[in-house]
Amino acid sequence: MLGIGWALRRFVRSSDDFFLSGRSIPAWIAGLAFISANLGAQEVIGMAASGAKYGIMTSHFYWVGAMPAMVFVGLFMMPFYYGSRARSVPEYLKLRFDEKTRGLNAITFAIMTIFSSGISMYALAKLLELVLGWNFHMSIVLTGVIVLVYIFLGGLRSAIYNEVLQFFLIVLGFLPLVLLGLKDVGGWDGLTAKLATVATNAGFEPGAWSHSWKYMDSPSHNPMGMEWFGLVMGLGFALSFGYWCTDFLVVQRAMAAGSMTAARRTPLIAAVPKMLMPALVILPGMLAIGLHATRGGFLPIGTDGTPNYNMAIPMLLGHYLPSGLLGLGLTALMASFMSGMAGNVTAFNTVWTYDIYQTHIRPGQTDRHYLRVGHAATVFGILASVVAAYAATRFNNILDMLQLVFSFVNGPLFATFLLGMFWRRTTGHGAFWGLLTGTVTAALHYGLTLPIGSVPGIKGGFLGAVLHTYPSEMALNFWTALFAWTGCFVATLVISLFTARTKTDDELRGLVYSLTPRQQDGHMPWYKRPVTLAVAILVVSTFLNVIFW
Amino acid sequence: MNLDVRFPIGGMFTIFGVILTAYGLASDPAIYARSLGINVNLWWGLVLLAFGLVMLGLAYRSYRRSKLSVTDSTSTP
Repeated sequence: MLGIGWALRRFVRSSDDFFLSGRSIPAWIAGLAFISANLGAQEVIGMAASGAKYGIMTSHFYWVGAMPAMVFVGLFMMPFYYGSRARSVPEYLKLRFDEKTRGLNAITFAIMTIFSSGISMYALAKLLELVLGWNFHMSIVLTGVIVLVYIFLGGLRSAIYNEVLQFFLIVLGFLPLVLLGLKDVGGWDGLTAKLATVATNAGFEPGAWSHSWKYMDSPSHNPMGMEWFGLVMGLGFALSFGYWCTDFLVVQRAMAAGSMTAARRTPLIAAVPKMLMPALVILPGMLAIGLHATRGGFLPIGTDGTPNYNMAIPMLLGHYLPSGLLGLGLTALMASFMSGMAGNVTAFNTVWTYDIYQTHIRPGQTDRHYLRVGHAATVFGILASVVAAYAATRFNNILDMLQLVFSFVNGPLFATFLLGMFWRRTTGHGAFWGLLTGTVTAALHYGLTLPIGSVPGIKGGFLGAVLHTYPSEMALNFWTALFAWTGCFVATLVISLFTARTKTDDELRGLVYSLTPRQQDGHMPWYKRPVTLAVAILVVSTFLNVIFW
Repeated sequence: MNLDVRFPIGGMFTIFGVILTAYGLASDPAIYARSLGINVNLWWGLVLLAFGLVMLGLAYRSYRRSKLSVTDSTSTP
């Protein structure tokens, strides 16, 4: 079954070039690719891990975080991205500000891709260890080699096509798992009863795992250790907007759309399946922890005595699926790990070669020279990912680590974008030093605080003094993002006021809101306008928040 | 020439569906103890098959439609 999956993917890939050869991509395909670029195996494993560790509060990543942010991208940001003809986010920063801001962003982005790919590598190696019984270190090496070969064979040339395929593979591969698990625990009511045991064992009110808002009055009342203000500002505002508005792996998918309207509609179309995703990725985690607490044996216990939440999905796969369907589930997981890793390493290669090396280190070389540098960067990227993969072994939930990285990179960057796009007075110096201040603020906050029960080091608190202890890793991430955003916002604002503008209004046309012609949607029937879709999405996600209050 | 993405998706899931259904019919019922006694291979195989066929059908329909519109536009000067 596994073999057939791979053989088929190979066959399909060879016909990819037909699809992307200069043709405009319909909005629904761009939309699915948009969500699929985000719905990697990382997300599946990480969200399930969080579902187990934090319960249904994890759905805030979707209904408080992603929904408003995706609507914002579609309505307000896409006109600048699509209209500016920038090919990447660093390139937009160059057009709007200057070369040094782009360079700084390129560096932090490159680091982020390495961590992302390392986290995928760790999860895949863990999966191989669990399912096939391989040695973890061997699996890491093997994974690295496979990704290297995959990239050199040009497997990523037309990612969008693969991503749409993978979206369906993941959805259809995991749905039977969720259905079987739900049937086993006795439906939603059975699950809530089991989760009540989980919650009382952990010293919370019985509903702490099955209510998303009810216990958010104080950090000590819920497993995530957040109160509503920190959650809405840290996750809903700084992290989510930062991710969806500035992560170019995702934004690029929308830029491939055929027209401005299609580009604006892409994130909005993507929001529809995204809204329902918690049923597929968070629910399995909640099933796993519920079953683990009442029947035992659903999560392996790590060396530090806490359950390894990352294993929720692989363990459920092994528990419920017979041979046959198991092959489909594993194919879905592995295929998406591979492409996730390859996507990140390729992005690293691109950013390093074009945004850093060609611009700042050795400009004006031949194409062959840059191609060789690109190959070297790919090898380096994979080696660095191995290091990041070992760092990931320290986290019992890969989403904790992933969001930590995002809080450093995307959190402050969103402040830069917000000011850059809506305030024409923002200067290049302001953006650069603001971004740097934001990242340093994140590092300071991370270095001076610690999640409860951790030793200073990779999880924070490495600057000597621990000023504050957070109830969970995720709480620390949300506050790091909020601090980083604020640091960047204030610094950019102040420095911009004290430095002279370097770009004239004419140069900023199409890059700043007040200097860009408004999108006229009046000629479209009302149900086709992006605004209508946006309102519908917000209404439904509010509704979902209320149901699972 | 633009290849509709629904062709390979439909094709892939049709093949998956056929294989899973066949496996579900042929396999020893004992392996379904873990899936709560349900022959999931058979049932999910049928679901995948149906999904695959619908995708192929939609792709074929839009392919025919675009062909028709091409011949239309070439016939009018």
